[in-house]
Amino acid sequence: MSFPILTSLVVLPIVGALALFALRDEEENERAIQIFSLVVAIAVFAVTLLLWARFDSASADFQFVEHHAWIPSFGISYNVGIDGISLLLIVLTGFLTPIALLCSWESVHKKTRAFCMAVLLLEAAMIGVFVSLDLFLFYVFWDAMLIPMYFLIGIWGYDRRIYASLKFLLYTMAGSVLMLLAILGLAWLHQTTAGSYSFDLLALYSLPIPEHLQFWFFLAFALAFAIKVPLFPFHTWLPDAHVEAPTAGSVILAGVLLKMGTYGLVRFAFPLFPAAATFFAPYLAFLAVVGIIYGALVAMVQPDMKKLVAYSSVSHLGFVVLGIATLNTQGVQGAVYQMLNHGISTGGLFLIVGMLSDRRHTRLISEYGGLKLVTPHLVAAFLIITLSSIGLPGLNGFVGEFLILLGTFAWNPKFAVCAATGVILSATYMLWMFQRVNYGTVSEKNRALPDLKPREWALLVPVIALAILMGVLPNLFLRPIAPSVERMLEQVRRGAPVEANASGRDVTPRAGN
Amino acid sequence: MLLLIPLLPFFGFLVNASFGRRLTKSASGSVACAVMLAAFGVAALSVWQLLGMDAHNRAIEQHVFDWIVAGDFRAPLTLRLDPLSSLMILVITGIGSLIHIYSTAYMHEEIDSEYARYFSYLNLFASFMLVLVLGANFLVMFVGWEGVGLCSYLLIGFYYQKKSASDAGKKAFIVNRVGDFGFILGVLLLFVRFGSVDFQEIARHAAGLSPEVAFGTLSLATLLLFVGATGKSAQIPLYIWLPDAMEGPTPVSALIHAATMVTAGVYMIGRNAVLFSHAPETLQVIAVVGVVTAFMAGTIGLVQNDIKRVLAYSTVSQLGYMFLAMGVGAYTAGIFHLYTHAFFKALMFLGSGAVIHALAGEQDIRRMGGLKSELPVTYWTFLIGALAIAGVPLLSGFFSKDEILYRTYASGHTWLWVLGVATSLLTAIYMFRLVFLTFHGTRATADVVAAAQHGHDGGHGHDDAHGHDAHGHHLHDAPKPMAFALIVLAVGSILAGYVGVPQVIGGSNRIEQFLEPSFTVSERAGADIAGLDAVREHQSEESGPELMLMAVSSLIALSGIGIAFFFFQKNPSASDSVATQFAGLRTLLSNKYYVDELYDATIIQPIKIVSEEGLWKAVDAKVIDGSVNGVAESVGSLSELLRRLQTGSVRAYAASLFLGVVLTLGYYLWR
Repeated sequence: MSFPILTSLVVLPIVGALALFALRDEEENERAIQIFSLVVAIAVFAVTLLLWARFDSASADFQFVEHHAWIPSFGISYNVGIDGISLLLIVLTGFLTPIALLCSWESVHKKTRAFCMAVLLLEAAMIGVFVSLDLFLFYVFWDAMLIPMYFLIGIWGYDRRIYASLKFLLYTMAGSVLMLLAILGLAWLHQTTAGSYSFDLLALYSLPIPEHLQFWFFLAFALAFAIKVPLFPFHTWLPDAHVEAPTAGSVILAGVLLKMGTYGLVRFAFPLFPAAATFFAPYLAFLAVVGIIYGALVAMVQPDMKKLVAYSSVSHLGFVVLGIATLNTQGVQGAVYQMLNHGISTGGLFLIVGMLSDRRHTRLISEYGGLKLVTPHLVAAFLIITLSSIGLPGLNGFVGEFLILLGTFAWNPKFAVCAATGVILSATYMLWMFQRVNYGTVSEKNRALPDLKPREWALLVPVIALAILMGVLPNLFLRPIAPSVERMLEQVRRGAPVEANASGRDVTPRAGN
Repeated sequence: MLLLIPLLPFFGFLVNASFGRRLTKSASGSVACAVMLAAFGVAALSVWQLLGMDAHNRAIEQHVFDWIVAGDFRAPLTLRLDPLSSLMILVITGIGSLIHIYSTAYMHEEIDSEYARYFSYLNLFASFMLVLVLGANFLVMFVGWEGVGLCSYLLIGFYYQKKSASDAGKKAFIVNRVGDFGFILGVLLLFVRFGSVDFQEIARHAAGLSPEVAFGTLSLATLLLFVGATGKSAQIPLYIWLPDAMEGPTPVSALIHAATMVTAGVYMIGRNAVLFSHAPETLQVIAVVGVVTAFMAGTIGLVQNDIKRVLAYSTVSQLGYMFLAMGVGAYTAGIFHLYTHAFFKALMFLGSGAVIHALAGEQDIRRMGGLKSELPVTYWTFLIGALAIAGVPLLSGFFSKDEILYRTYASGHTWLWVLGVATSLLTAIYMFRLVFLTFHGTRATADVVAAAQHGHDGGHGHDDAHGHDAHGHHLHDAPKPMAFALIVLAVGSILAGYVGVPQVIGGSNRIEQFLEPSFTVSERAGADIAGLDAVREHQSEESGPELMLMAVSSLIALSGIGIAFFFFQKNPSASDSVATQFAGLRTLLSNKYYVDELYDATIIQPIKIVSEEGLWKAVDAKVIDGSVNGVAESVGSLSELLRRLQTGSVRAYAASLFLGVVLTLGYYLWR
């Protein structure tokens, strides 16, 4: 067996977090703690890049698989492996964690050691979720993510942090409990059909599940994921959590945590229960489209920048769910791409809002204005990230949105027409905010604001570079995704009832007739 | 080599955007102009190369790399130069260079960093515009399409401290996004139908079909694309952003909002001529929208008092002509007008810029007059532009506009022709109203001084430094770089039409022969295209009507100038009495038919109110969070109940533990 690279990816941040105990949580150690954890996070990122370099993009199989028995009597094993979809999400996690740590250097001074440990442990749990090929293991990591996030919001958040963190926890737990029941149900079903318990995802993929059971299992999984996404109408925890979370929390929450929901749909809910997924796809798409429009409209009227970005996430994630529901190549590839995009652009927006709020200690749009005169570099970065968020071609957002719309149009043009209004609305709310914050005359309160500091340059440059790279060379990222998406679609098609297959789910050009 | 054409201005953008703050004005201006001139050189060489090829298969293609590939969807970054795009790149780089040169003087009052910022945007614009016209498929075109929209947004809002400027920029972007909504859906529909987004492939597929008799997929797709065109090219119902776009610096209005970007919609239709020819229903819509826009904008132009706004409505109106041409299948005529219009409208905008520059930011023509003697270069060049746009014989506008009107008439659209001719009367009137009020008559100096102050108060962006001009006794005519651009464009406005002199008066209409292959698939398949054939037949039939129509248009142009002369030069009191007589109409026109107000009341305000009061404060806060809290509360009371079970008594716990064990064991024993 080769080097257990996935395990080391999970363990590395944990070791780093534990090593922090060596440094006493005192003020004079603060910088040392911050530097050490940043180094750990960068090392993790380097390993994720190494992983990508070693990854065989042409293959649809799970790679770097490690399989060890854990609790054999229940068929629980330590089973990890990745395909193209999880690969890129892991790289995204590796990319955003150092940024989250670095962006808190000047804003978090309370219990710095605990803060850094929480972020690193959260990273471990997130990577754990993406590498798990065993449902039990997945669930362990899934719930493990909640704890550091809960503390990040609850301890280092803003004024209403207790309310927000509790709301976040309860909402997510409510979904997870049902999912746990469904997971246990699946293992039990494996026992009744195959004679032994199993939580092995690959074994369960090939398990024939009666359609009526699929129905309930799918609902349980989908609810947990829908809350996490969050899909309309399960989204109301998100604005509160974002607004109260520290910048690092918002970056990770928007950048990675929200993708857990959509990742779950792609990895578990759809391929495990193809018949139910095919049946429910239009309903999911409907909620997604409602979310796209609803999120955008509500974002438009927010007085608080962070809330505005949070609601825009509801809209953007609606696109992702819509893409998954199309169950065709372009739609699902676009959805996976959009997951990455959203991590970059919304992560970037939260960074910017954090920088402004570090300077002025307010996030109210009306408190700003005319910043272009005082902080031109910050505003230039703000502009590029805004454009990435509204899907300007040449930047990352466009590629995902366009592929999703393409897939949707081929599947159900009505959904595509409704979703495409998001193109207008996103420009409206983003540019309106941009105008109110950056244009116009500058008030006395903002006149002395400093422009970007070196540390802030270091945060924004990678984000912007990636936004441009993903917009100009999308194939670099689409290539590893493609085989995995095809495999997942194939799984769904094989398991779906025949009549659903015939309804033209693939983009088959009908040229010349 | 093709890639170099957009890359050169992009390089200029990078330089000015990254180091602009540290560069002197002359350095950043020189870089910007140099890259444009270099791009013009490369463009000219490429076109030269193109001209050397077989007349029916003139095309140079460059595949750069595969941009987006997903399943059977493929959007390569491919550039393609054919007769149509070659004309466009010459206009963009040629007139673009002139406007860059003009700008070096016009923007000279800005501080270094703002100057560099201006040129970086202008270069970026040119780069995207070149991508737009060189793109070989819809997606690459869309990169340019959105990119120029972005630059337009940035440049309209260049004086960002001014609320009206940033409002106008935002409005332009959002209205264009409404158009893009249609554009994207059109592209999606075409892909689903034909399996490609490549212009040539789509044309090839379309050519194999017979034109749609009833409204079908092609009609829908082309109509959606046309929605995109109405946004970018400011046609009904999305024209409302263009007049506001005049908030930007005047050279920007000349380049982006007259000569190049706003013609993108016309270009897009020309680029897909074969496709549009197969959707006669859509063509009908385009022709009607075009001519109605032309007429309506003309009427508004009659009563505007801001020199740039008159020109803006005139641009909307002239774009309407181009769409009329496209709609009646006269693609060459439309593109020909696009090309001549680029000269004379850029010229007039730059001329108005010279006036504004001399008058320290004054834009109200009621406060002007008598500038003829003080600004001779500006006056004479502006006059040439006005004569050209009015359609006075032997100037460029005459040939192109006449071609459109003739083709409209020849294709049997008599009513559209009547409206078109009426518009051409309006054009002559409002243009010469502008000429007479600005340059003739007398100027009250006090007024101008007051205006200069007004300029300061209103924060006319770029006025601070040249306040002294207005206080001085005589005004400065255009400085050298500006005069240079004006003169070159004036010469162009006279001569540009001679590539398209119709056969009927002894010309050879070379531009038609040159462009024709771009509107057909290839020489053989192209013969099937009904729309073009019909036009071609008409054209060869008889020369009588064509000559007569030509005489009618010339007469109309001259009488329009005469009317303007009577009302605004010879007898100003007559215009006042007409204005009072038709006060209601005048108010309607000055308020631009209240279209902005209508949109605000029926679309913008309802959306804001519903989103804020309905969705956010009611649905989100009350309905969803309300029910979540409801669940939480019931869970709370349930736990309250459960809490009572936890009495703290060890005996009670022991008893329940025992009970549990018994029940579990019992289940396993008796099952």
